[in-house]
Amino acid sequence: MSDWNLLTLVGADRPGIVARVTRVLFALGCHLGEASMIRLGGNFTIMLMVSGARSEAELLAALAPVAEEMDLRIHLDPSHGGLHHHLMPNYQVRVMGADRAGIVADVTEILAEQGFNILELESDVAGDREHPLYIMNIQGYSGVTLEALRDSFSALSKRGVSVDVSPVDVLIG
Amino acid sequence: MAILEILKLPDARLKQASETVEAFDQSLRDFVADLEETRLAGPAAVGIAAPQVGRFQRIVILDVSGRPKTSSHGHLVLVNPEIVHWEGYAMGREGCLSVPDYTGNVIRATQIRLKAQDPDGQVHEYEMEGFEARAVQHEIDHLDGLLFVDRVVSRRTDLYRRKVYQS
Repeated sequence: MSDWNLLTLVGADRPGIVARVTRVLFALGCHLGEASMIRLGGNFTIMLMVSGARSEAELLAALAPVAEEMDLRIHLDPSHGGLHHHLMPNYQVRVMGADRAGIVADVTEILAEQGFNILELESDVAGDREHPLYIMNIQGYSGVTLEALRDSFSALSKRGVSVDVSPVDVLIG
Repeated sequence: MAILEILKLPDARLKQASETVEAFDQSLRDFVADLEETRLAGPAAVGIAAPQVGRFQRIVILDVSGRPKTSSHGHLVLVNPEIVHWEGYAMGREGCLSVPDYTGNVIRATQIRLKAQDPDGQVHEYEMEGFEARAVQHEIDHLDGLLFVDRVVSRRTDLYRRKVYQS
């Protein structure tokens, strides 16, 4: 099982996208690996690991009719990663603050300075139109101590952004 | 002493409920020794349940004492364990010897009261919290044919999808 491709797909959300796309891939003899599929705004987005002996051109050609019919943008990247390259997060960072431009850059720059590797980031805007609240949840790995990571956010906390850092414990049982 | 083979998904036997232990004999003690050796042989598991090695009896080994800053009762062999009281809930990340290379978020009670027998048949009660409480809930699930993957929730949307426990 090698020859993995990373398939990226975006289109206006509607029922049936996943079913149609994966049926085509199955008919081509492809295997599916890790995937992230989520609705963002009114779009449905897919990032999906696909393997099989098919060329990039064959994959795109086979998906073209579905893409046309369901108005999907499709992109394919060869991936040398394959499966079973999971990294375990050891920290979770929860960020909350009145929505303003630059929160994400501020937080993630600090994390980058601490050698923090983001493995997963999800964010949402809550609150109402007049008072939007930005919420971000990050899981990742860093070799620095919990105290060092917490301290690195003290300046940002004084500017009204709440940042909570907690260890992620993976229980194996 | 022997290292036993660990059943892995999609082995259907993992979905089977285990039976109450009736005989507290040498065979039970020998099995517990093998189960412990198996737990220690793999990736740092804080617990193991008998059905994970294909013995469908209500036996669990638990030891979270190696973890820093964790309240713990040390090394426990729990026979016929039963949770008699639950409180609170929290989400935490779990993995399992029977589901290699996968972790997921699971909601568990944060404080429990547990009744269990030891390998000699004596009944004990334990108050457990946090990580130890989570671990024992994970292991007791095995005795009921449940794996953590049956309880995984998405942080984004599914937080309240289902009740965590029904007693």
